Amino acid sequence: MHNEAIKDFITGVATSAIFDESGEWLTVQAEPAAWKAMATALRQSQFVFDYLFCLTCIDWKTHLTMVYHLSSTVYRHTIVIKANLDRSHPVIDTVSDIWRTADFHEREVFELFGVVFSGHPDLRKLILPDDFEGFPLRKDFEDPINMIKL
Amino acid sequence: MYTETAIISDNTLAGPEGELVINVGPQHPATHGVLHLVITLQGETVKKIEPHLGYIHRSIEKMCESLSYRQFIYVTSRMDYLSSHINNLGCAICVEKSMQIEVPQRAKVIRVLMSELTRIASHELWLGAMAMDLGAFTPFFYAFREREMINEIMEDSCGARLTMNYMVPGGVMYDIHPQFREKTKAFVKQFKQKVVEYDDLVTNNIIFQNRMKGVGILSKEDAISFGCTGPVARGSGLSCDTRKIFPYEVYADVDFDEVLETGCDSFARYMVRVREMHQSIRIIEQLIDNIPEGDFQAKTKAVLKPPKGEFYQRVETARGEFGVYIVSEGGTTPYRIKFRSPGFSNLSALDHMARGSKIGDLMATMGTLDLVIPDIDR
Repeated sequence: MHNEAIKDFITGVATSAIFDESGEWLTVQAEPAAWKAMATALRQSQFVFDYLFCLTCIDWKTHLTMVYHLSSTVYRHTIVIKANLDRSHPVIDTVSDIWRTADFHEREVFELFGVVFSGHPDLRKLILPDDFEGFPLRKDFEDPINMIKL
Repeated sequence: MYTETAIISDNTLAGPEGELVINVGPQHPATHGVLHLVITLQGETVKKIEPHLGYIHRSIEKMCESLSYRQFIYVTSRMDYLSSHINNLGCAICVEKSMQIEVPQRAKVIRVLMSELTRIASHELWLGAMAMDLGAFTPFFYAFREREMINEIMEDSCGARLTMNYMVPGGVMYDIHPQFREKTKAFVKQFKQKVVEYDDLVTNNIIFQNRMKGVGILSKEDAISFGCTGPVARGSGLSCDTRKIFPYEVYADVDFDEVLETGCDSFARYMVRVREMHQSIRIIEQLIDNIPEGDFQAKTKAVLKPPKGEFYQRVETARGEFGVYIVSEGGTTPYRIKFRSPGFSNLSALDHMARGSKIGDLMATMGTLDLVIPDIDR
C-alpha cells in the first residue's frame, strides 16, 4: 500500500487533514471533530486499519495532542493520526466501539491527562486512586509529597 | 484502584437475585502480583470482571521525562521484570534509531542471544506458575531447574539475575563472560534432554488438558480488536511476531518459525509458549558459535541528544509487542515517553474471555495471559 493512496482516501473523508511524511510513518493531523468519522472510515476501508497499537497523549503546555498509531494486520502498513485539543477543555470522541483496546487506553489517558472521551461507556479512573486530584502526566503537575520528577 | 468503602458498598448493594461480587487480589496467589479483580458472579458463572490496577504504579513515564537517554533505560527493567533484556533492547534501539548510531555486529548477536535466553527464562517461569495455578506443584521445580541455569549465565555476563540493564545505546554494557558460550551450550543440551519431561508431566496430562481445552476462548477478530499480541494472539491464529514482521537486530538472518495455534483456547496459548521455547533454542544454536569478533559497543558521545522528532520502536517480548514512543525536543531528556506494554492490552481482553465461564476456569484463563503486573501498571 502506498502512502499516496491512503492520503487520497483520507482527504476524501476529511478535507482539512494535513499530512507529514518526514517521520518513519505517514502522519496525519486531523481536526478533533472529524476524528470519529475518519476512524470509522479507516477501519472499514480497503486498507483495513484493524489494529490500534498505541494510543497516547502529549502535553505541549499550550495544547494537548492525542496520538493514535494505527496498523493493519493484513497489509502491515502503519499510520499515525494526531489531533490537537484545547488544554482547558480537552474533549474528543471515543473510538472504543471501533477498536476495543481503546477502552483501557482511553481510561488511562483520561486520568493521566484529563482528556474527556465523549461516548466512552465507562470513563472512570483505572490506575490512580478514585480520590486522586490533578493530571500527573501534564507538564505543570507538581506533587511535593509523592515526588515523580527526579 | 478501588477504595475500601467502595468495595463494601458494592457488596451490600442489592443487586439482581443471586448475584455476588467477590474480590480476587490484590493479594491472591494466582494474580502473580498486585492485580485486583472485582468479579460479579451468578452462582458459579462469571458475569463480569473489572480489573482495578495501580497498586504498583510508579509513573515510570513521568519519571523518564527527567532522566537522560542513558538513564531511562534502567527504569524499564522494572516494568516487565521477566523480560527486562528485551525492554532494554527496545529502548536502546529506539535511541539508536533517533541518533543513527551504527551498532557493531557482535553486539547485535549478543543482544539476540540474550533476548532469546530471557524469553526461555520467562516462559519457564510462566510454565511453572501456570501449572501451580491449576494445582500441580511439581512442574514449578522442573521449570526452575532450567531457569536457574539461565540466571547463572546472566549473572556472569550482566552482573545481575533479574534486572540486567545490559543493553545500552550503541551496544551492550560489557563483553560476554569467557564462559558464556560453554555455559549456554550446557544449558541447550540440558534443556533438550529435560523438555521431554514437561510434556510427560504437564502437556500430556489428561487432567491438565481437560482443564485447559475450550476454556477462555478468544477469537482472532477479538484478539485484533483488543490489541492482543504475543502468545495470546498467536494462540488465536493471529500472525503478530514482531521478530518476523518487522525484523530488528539479526532476526532477519536467523532461521526460525513463528509459532501459530488455531485452538483459540487456553491450551492453544499454552502450546504456543512451549513451542516457542524450542524456536528460541533454535536461534541460540545458530548464533552461539557465530558470535563475530569486534567491538561490543559503538563509540558514542557521553551525552546523547537525539534530534527533534518522534521515534517509535517495537520489539517482541515474552508477552507480546512492546513499543517505545519517544518524543524528543532536541534536549538531553525525552520530552515525553510512552511505553506500549503488551500486558495492558492482553489484560483488557480478560473480561471478554471469562464472561459466561465458571469461576474455577478463570485461573486457567488468567494463567495463560501471562500477566506481569508491574508491566501493566508501569
